[in-house]
Amino acid sequence: MKIEIKNLTHIYKQGTPFEKKALDDINLTVNDGEFVGLIGHTGSGKSTLIQHLNGLLKPSSGEVFIGEENIFSKGVDLKEVRHKVGLVFQYPEYQLFEETVYKDIAFGLKNYKVPENEIEEKIKTAARLVGLDEELLQSSPFDLSGGQKRRAALAGVVAMEPEILILDEPAAGLDPFGRELIFREIQNLHREKKLTVILVSHSMEDIARFADRIVVMHEGKVLMDGVPAEVFAKDEELNNAGLDIPQVTRILNSIRKMGYDIRDDIFTVEEAARELIKLTGEKNA
Amino acid sequence: MLNDITLGQFYPTNSIIHRLDPRMKIVLTVLLVVFLFVADNLYGFILMAALCVLAVIVSTIPVGYILRSFKPLLFIIFITCMLNVFLTDGRILWQYSFLKITYEGVYLAVFMVIRLFLLITVTNLLTLTTSPILLTDGLERLMSPLKKIKVPSHEIAMMMTIALRFIPTLLEETDKIIKAQSARGASFTSGNIFARAKAMIPILIPLFISAFRRADELALAMECRCYSGGENRTRMRRLKIQARDIVALLISVVFGVAVLVTNTLF
Repeated sequence: MKIEIKNLTHIYKQGTPFEKKALDDINLTVNDGEFVGLIGHTGSGKSTLIQHLNGLLKPSSGEVFIGEENIFSKGVDLKEVRHKVGLVFQYPEYQLFEETVYKDIAFGLKNYKVPENEIEEKIKTAARLVGLDEELLQSSPFDLSGGQKRRAALAGVVAMEPEILILDEPAAGLDPFGRELIFREIQNLHREKKLTVILVSHSMEDIARFADRIVVMHEGKVLMDGVPAEVFAKDEELNNAGLDIPQVTRILNSIRKMGYDIRDDIFTVEEAARELIKLTGEKNA
Repeated sequence: MLNDITLGQFYPTNSIIHRLDPRMKIVLTVLLVVFLFVADNLYGFILMAALCVLAVIVSTIPVGYILRSFKPLLFIIFITCMLNVFLTDGRILWQYSFLKITYEGVYLAVFMVIRLFLLITVTNLLTLTTSPILLTDGLERLMSPLKKIKVPSHEIAMMMTIALRFIPTLLEETDKIIKAQSARGASFTSGNIFARAKAMIPILIPLFISAFRRADELALAMECRCYSGGENRTRMRRLKIQARDIVALLISVVFGVAVLVTNTLF
């Protein structure tokens, strides 16, 4: 499902001494089935932006279209919008509250009056998609490990079968292995269910590997918008916005500047190694 | 959503009221509250109102900010007002079956409302102009004579500091949890009162869990720093009464005496 953001501005605490413009005239279109990485420094407005996409925050001015529908026009049931647009907050495990993981995942489904006989199937599918063992469904969410809690919370949103999935720092606070798994599972969801995904993060490494397109936010504005290679080519501008490009990409960029012919769309160590071996191989030959 | 609660939140500016000694501010607040209850005529209230307005102006805190702190208490003020209007005996102004409004009732109600508004202003001014740390520091020092009779004044002050410190944090947390559950289709505004009460469970449970988690983490952090209570603790900031504190006290006392004078005159 397509998302269209038009002239979106959001001002926090308007009319008080703490007034702060968090979003400044944002225009952005996310196409159906795209995997977009949203990056920005702390306070750049990325969390504010995504909360407009399912109507949790109301814009000070501007419009948001989900599919063909302007979600802030009169008579739109925001609860229905939230069914289509699944939003996973940062540290989603802090929202778990039921006695069992199963019941917690069912919370969203019950809110949307999904028939009893379909609930179990949907929960099991969601658990499989996020990589949560089925045996864990009957345990208390508070007995799980950090990574498992995260998955359980993620399953709670995935089970609602949203058409758009928005995740705010889904891997924050997980160990490298846990990060890897979570990202792979999100990628799976994107591929298997053809979801439109928006992934918010300030880690370039993670986003570069999974997103088809990167949107960089800075001080409430869209600073850059393009495929990873395009965005990472502008390392100076990114630096000014308080962001870094992946270390490997930076190394390869400087090697390229020295006059070697290297691809500009490499974001992982493995790929870089392969490319460098190829380069030295050519020289030897 | 929950941002409009200003009760007990520090508003930093560098006004002279902010810089007053916290002990003096606490004493003055108590003093002003006493005067507010002593005042029993219009002139006394005008004097007290003038003093409050003066204090607000000097504090450079935006008036809107103080007005907003009235909001959560309007209901209580309204109830108090109604009780006074309808339940005071005296000369009857208006009567309908068992309901009656008396001249004395209206008189009392008006004074009570003014008194409550000024009370809120005064106490809010204390918490708006004093950082929680200074506030509890001041309280601890004021309570320190009680140590002689085994009142754990340091511990009480520490508990208050922690409680105050976590009000904004917990509000923020609540806001976040409400949003997270709304994103899963929870709604808190539909249905009858029972449905709404039930809808609070998905908010309250995570909130309690996180409050306990925070308490646990804080306790651990304090122990790691070898915190062991008030015994032999020295402080970085030593409180000292300055000329401005004396002036503030004098001004308040002058107003207080004036209120007493109006009491005997009118």
